[in-house]
Amino acid sequence: MNRTIWTSIGAGLVGAALLAGPAAAQGVIRIGVTQPLTGAFAASGNYVTQGAKIAEDQINAAGGVLGRKIQLVVEDNKSNPTEAVATAEKLIGKDKVPVMMGAWSSTLTLAVMPKLMEYGVPMLVETSSSGKITTSGNPWIFRISPTSEMEAKAFAAMAKKMGIKKADFLSTNNDFGLGAAKEFSEMLKGQGVQIGTMETMDPKATDFSAQLAKIKASGSDTLFVTTAVEQITLILKQAKEQQLKARIITTGGSNSPDQLIQQAGDAANGSFHLVFFTPWFPEAVKNPDLARKFVAEWNARKYPVGGLTEGFRGWDGINTIVAAIKAAGKAEPQAIQKALWNVKVKGINGDIAFIKQGPAGKESAQNVPSVYVVKIEKGKVARN
Amino acid sequence: MDQLLQHGLNALMLGGTYALLGIGLTLIFGIMRVVNFTHGELYAFGAYMMYMLVMLTGANFFVALVLAVALGVALGAALEFVLLRKLRGADIDTTMLVMIGAWIALQNAEQLAWTGVAQSIDSPFPSAPLVIGTVSVSWGRVFVFCVALALIAATYALINHTRLGKAMRATFQDRDTAALMGIQIGTINNATFALGSGLAAAAGALLGPVYVAYPTMGDLAALKAFAIVILGGLGSIAGATAGGFILALAEELGAGYISSGYRDAMGFVLIILILIFKPTGLFAQKERVG
Repeated sequence: MNRTIWTSIGAGLVGAALLAGPAAAQGVIRIGVTQPLTGAFAASGNYVTQGAKIAEDQINAAGGVLGRKIQLVVEDNKSNPTEAVATAEKLIGKDKVPVMMGAWSSTLTLAVMPKLMEYGVPMLVETSSSGKITTSGNPWIFRISPTSEMEAKAFAAMAKKMGIKKADFLSTNNDFGLGAAKEFSEMLKGQGVQIGTMETMDPKATDFSAQLAKIKASGSDTLFVTTAVEQITLILKQAKEQQLKARIITTGGSNSPDQLIQQAGDAANGSFHLVFFTPWFPEAVKNPDLARKFVAEWNARKYPVGGLTEGFRGWDGINTIVAAIKAAGKAEPQAIQKALWNVKVKGINGDIAFIKQGPAGKESAQNVPSVYVVKIEKGKVARN
Repeated sequence: MDQLLQHGLNALMLGGTYALLGIGLTLIFGIMRVVNFTHGELYAFGAYMMYMLVMLTGANFFVALVLAVALGVALGAALEFVLLRKLRGADIDTTMLVMIGAWIALQNAEQLAWTGVAQSIDSPFPSAPLVIGTVSVSWGRVFVFCVALALIAATYALINHTRLGKAMRATFQDRDTAALMGIQIGTINNATFALGSGLAAAAGALLGPVYVAYPTMGDLAALKAFAIVILGGLGSIAGATAGGFILALAEELGAGYISSGYRDAMGFVLIILILIFKPTGLFAQKERVG
């Protein structure tokens, strides 16, 4: 008896929710977001999502787009490629989003890409740097973050100035780390720099003593490290323990210098970092007013200050998507894809516009972003 | 030569904590026949307790260490009481599924409580390393190594020289006969799970300040613990101790002289080799189940 009552109440509630769902969403333009909110990359994925939410609120406060409000549908890809594919299926199949943003790491993005081809939905890539993403012939990919190759090229002038003679590499063992090690070592070789040892590490590893002992023995003057901030923290600490003399340069932009200062302490001093946003000196970026406004809003929401260098990606991504929806005049996948090719957006990283990359006829879109180098000195971030 | 010495020293330091992790897991499997998937989460729990006590309440580092281990023991006892007690006599697959569920729940609870951002824990040790000739090691790691050895010795003494230890060994050898002799199997199970969990929490509390604390830190730790236990033979404390040091050495030398990309695979290559030639592990006392 009791059971029947509860069952019917439950069914009633579910029914009400189903009816209320589409009614409340009427007129809203949905944008799918797949980010690692849990698992190994949880910290960064949450920051990107927070930046995206700031963009959503600001755009809606200014009246939305095409007279409609936007709504982010955020799905957690759990730092796992299989889950990332499932989030894409859900966002496209169930939520019917006409456009997506994601999926943070290169491995996650590469996993989602075949789904974009299958359903014909464009995705804006906000963080991933592996070259493969824009060269594999997927015309639904629009990347605003730099490829490792672009990063290496941007760093070339700096490498000369720093007087690098011999360099070692320590990279996380995935598309992101291996891609960066390849591009940076080729760039350096082109400058006549000797390449020492190239070491890798499991993305989950916490102990790098074996790799660092080997790197120390190679006697290079510079060590390039490519991974996310958690492992960089540990590498800086352990390099100090093993008295590694080489100067450490981190690439990839997911290195959050604020977090390194806070967590690695004086082991962070003297290290260099390639970043794509410099919240410490907003005057250094192309659109300083946007940067200042974003930093102020981030701080007003009491988000961790170490997340700014990730959070801006979400803001730039959503603003680029909305600019395309506006230009397209309708929220449909093909129209948005077409419009994205011609957008000119003022972003926090710089001005966003797309060039063609990959095999002719099915090119992917790639932005040419700004790259900055900063240095940690006496517990503070300094311009280099 | 310098590089070899440094690898050796690193392996020694790493081996101590690997052994600590392995012993906790092997005890629980040997005595309770439970494949404990929450082991890694107890390790993370120990680290987070250090973070809470040292960084948020400002407790003394050494007091916090003792408290963190005590809390780990308490959490272990609670897990046994709430989840495993009801499953006594259930088949090994059911228990395994419940433990996998508990693992996922605990890991997500950690992220909910302390966010996904890695947290560092201050330690009272000087940041300049201890330098011996051409090799160096941090004072924090020396401390971790010494405490790990002391805990391993204490566990060994507990199992071999106390009444509780005797009851545990009796349960390990034959649960039904032990029960007939008047041993309270429920109490033994609770004590075993609490002890094993306490050792994992101790490893986490010791290593948290050396590394950083983050919600998924337990995954790789648990994987290593399983490797160590299989290497040494399921249920063998001496095996787990030796297994810990062997795994650390294999990883260090493998990464140093073969390829660092396969560092975390070295241990598993070793396991395959050992299982081919000695299927019960190096020191097993009894045939494996499941």
